[in-house]
Amino acid sequence: MTIPNDRIPPVFELREVEKVYQIKRPGRLFSRHKVGLHALDGVRLTIQPGASVALVGESGSGKSTLLRVLLGLTPPTQGLAYYKGRPVIAARAEGIDFARDVAMVYQDARGSLDPRMTVGAILAEALRHFRICTRDQEPARIADLLTRVGLPAEAAAGYPSALSGGQVRRVAIARALASNPTVLVADEAVSGLDVSTQAQLLNLLRKLRAEMGLTLVFITHDLGVASYLCDEIAIMYLGRIVETGPTNAVLTAPAHPYARALRRAAPEFFAPITDPLPGEIPSPLDLPKGCRFAGRCTLARDDCRATDPALMRLPQAQGRAAACLHPLTLMND
Amino acid sequence: MTAPLLQVQDLTLYRGSRKILDSVSLDLAPGETLALVGESGAGKSTISAALMGLVEGARVEGHARFDDVPDLIGLNEKGWSRLRGRRLSMVFQDAGAALNPCYTVGSQLATVLRRNMGLPRKQAHARAVELLESVGINDARARMQAYPHQLSGGMQQRVMVAIALACNPELLFADEPTSALDVTIQAQIVRLILDQTRAHGASCIFVLHDLALASQACDRIVVLYAGQVMESGRCDVVLADPRHPYTKLLKSCVVEIGTENLDPPEGGVPSYDALPQGCRFASRCPRAQDQCWASRPPLTESAGRMMACWNPEVAA
Amino acid sequence: MTDTTTHMTTPAVTRKRRNIFMRRPFFAAACIIAIGYVLCAAFAPWIAPYDPVAQSIDAMMAPPGGANLLGTDSYGQDILSRIIYGSRYALLIGFCSVLLGAAGGLILGIAAGLASGWVEWVLMRIIDAILTLPSLILAVAFIAILGQGVDKVIIAVALSMVGPFAWMVRADVLQVKSQLFVEAASLMSIPRLQVIWRHILPNVVFPLAVQMTVRISEAILVSASLSFLGIGVTPPTPDWGLMIAEGRGFVSFAPWMSGMPGLALALLLIALSIVGDGVREEFDPKLRSDR
Repeated sequence: MTIPNDRIPPVFELREVEKVYQIKRPGRLFSRHKVGLHALDGVRLTIQPGASVALVGESGSGKSTLLRVLLGLTPPTQGLAYYKGRPVIAARAEGIDFARDVAMVYQDARGSLDPRMTVGAILAEALRHFRICTRDQEPARIADLLTRVGLPAEAAAGYPSALSGGQVRRVAIARALASNPTVLVADEAVSGLDVSTQAQLLNLLRKLRAEMGLTLVFITHDLGVASYLCDEIAIMYLGRIVETGPTNAVLTAPAHPYARALRRAAPEFFAPITDPLPGEIPSPLDLPKGCRFAGRCTLARDDCRATDPALMRLPQAQGRAAACLHPLTLMND
Repeated sequence: MTAPLLQVQDLTLYRGSRKILDSVSLDLAPGETLALVGESGAGKSTISAALMGLVEGARVEGHARFDDVPDLIGLNEKGWSRLRGRRLSMVFQDAGAALNPCYTVGSQLATVLRRNMGLPRKQAHARAVELLESVGINDARARMQAYPHQLSGGMQQRVMVAIALACNPELLFADEPTSALDVTIQAQIVRLILDQTRAHGASCIFVLHDLALASQACDRIVVLYAGQVMESGRCDVVLADPRHPYTKLLKSCVVEIGTENLDPPEGGVPSYDALPQGCRFASRCPRAQDQCWASRPPLTESAGRMMACWNPEVAA
Repeated sequence: MTDTTTHMTTPAVTRKRRNIFMRRPFFAAACIIAIGYVLCAAFAPWIAPYDPVAQSIDAMMAPPGGANLLGTDSYGQDILSRIIYGSRYALLIGFCSVLLGAAGGLILGIAAGLASGWVEWVLMRIIDAILTLPSLILAVAFIAILGQGVDKVIIAVALSMVGPFAWMVRADVLQVKSQLFVEAASLMSIPRLQVIWRHILPNVVFPLAVQMTVRISEAILVSASLSFLGIGVTPPTPDWGLMIAEGRGFVSFAPWMSGMPGLALALLLIALSIVGDGVREEFDPKLRSDR
């Protein structure tokens, strides 16, 4: 997002991506009338090779849809999604290269592993499919992968059901790494775990990123995790990126009022509980006319309710952008 | 110090041959908020369930005095029905599952009021509207007709809080009330529970896994590991300067904004079958000595808190 | 506290499997009985005291006891020997028809579960059509088309069981198909057929195998009913249903003629359904409450 580089195309580039799902209008049992649900709207995002980007947002913010667009599982309704200069959907359809390069770790790691396969078989499947090594090299390779994620090599013989939550995530990470990917996409890969397990996994991901030079796209709702793991952050609200920039700069002095509210809502030792953000995320079925956040924003003015702000570079700060008509001044927060 | 509202002594709970809780003692003053923290399997939720008489298929020992009730442990069903929902109530983690999907939230709330407070139908309805308004639900009169699935997770949790507080309980258990919710909604709900219990003069026991949230929301904290109390005391003492190696470990693993380095020890909570004889934390403790493996340290007062450790950290 | 279970699965599982016979005494007894029948069927020529089709005018309708332990029938054939030989046919028909029916159900169910659009619609209507009639009536209908004989009975009973099997397989396929590990595999660009073969099939076949053990007794009952109606295997084949039918006319003065094969049939069916239920409760994750 920060360094413009003309020679190497960015890993991912999203231009004005819009995704509309046609769904049946809720609450009407037999109606065939369909309405458009804007899961993503005008999303612009560039991920350079070697970058680590945190996608942060609450439920309904469109994180998961953005992820599906990046992985080529869903074509955008409007706009363009590129992977290394080629449309993502085409890149995926062309062969296994895209799948080898871009690996995914699911939030529900246990569900993403076949319960009837041993850990070794799960890893071997990926190795064979991507033709990483010959059959004789497989056992050594599997042992190597398991040690790399901090599991004993004997774990290969067991089934995922015998492993603890933290260990299952490690297996999922090992499978993702089996193809020697350059991009790792992780969906809430450390949430729902005990703090000590979470800390171990965060360190593991940090180490792997440094060792393998991975580009990391990390979806999380935890700002602490985002700041620990990622250099850049993109904060989403109702299908739109409202603020992007270097993680620490954004989190120390947010420019978008929503980013600030999110920052303040994060638990912090001994800080008094701040005044929570009023209200809830409005339904994406009937979006407000102006800024989507205006209804909950304590600083909203009249023009906020009339015009919908686009994601604009902030002149005061390097590499930052916010979608706000009246961004918070970066000094006094 | 006023007489404690709740005084738990040596609460021990067996499931089969497994000792899920091992001599847990804690007390709670009127109007106080207490956090039970620890990793999964530490027995946090089991304590609140045992004190609500909601455990089945387990052997419970020990004593728990609650106000004028001499012992909650071994209370019969009739005794419980006089307490549960009236003087003790609970907010569950998953409000969506705890509310009955077949009835409107209004009728569920009114039923509680009619059964436990003996209010006539009309008054119960009026009081239910008031309660929904007090938990910050706009347009409460219309929301009375809503079914739980028509409400968002945050709204469902608000309804749960309204039901839990309907009969002005003296003690409220909140079992991970916000872990299924978004961060901005989490702040709203925690704030709501605190404001409401304060307004009713009720005490509150939070079951939490987030230490930072515990430090923000609660007066006192009990740190549990594998069913044993490791350290307890005022939050601003225990969490500001943890002396028990386990509390220290937990705190060191919390990742906050701007955390530069984490240094978690390897390994996780062992299974109940593989716990050490003495201090259950000994197998993961960086300061464990022979004594720790052999005998269990008593919960004694030191440095302004209660602590069970043979070899605690020294002052920073 | 739900998380605690994940830590202790391994020792719990091994402990559980080891003493299944101790914990389920009925299951153990039923297993012994069922194995007894299988042994009888396998070694019938050595166990049976007489030739099952040897007729004797001297010993017609002899009561149980004496030279013929379970008595003789109206042709003087030894009932014990006929029952022992009959277990061959009962088990053969039961196993083979369930095997065939399950194979058909597997193919149809997987196709219905994976297809979409009009193909799915057609397959589902076929399955529905099979399911509307009870298996006995269907089997009668198929026998009417195929004719009589052991092989025909097997096919008829198998066809009548395709419906329930297919329905169950389809439900399992739909459930497995939506699971994350299937999406994860397609995310890795693993070809669809491989995903089906490696991930969907094994997760469907296992519950199917459990279901098969439960259904064997039903298949045996249907085949016995067919021969009782006189449209199954042909006499003088020693078949239980046939024997019961033959003894029907003599019930008032020679009740052992129908009673003994009836008892043998009932005992086998009860034993098999206890075994089937035990296997299902033990291995079907949906019924396992403690995990």
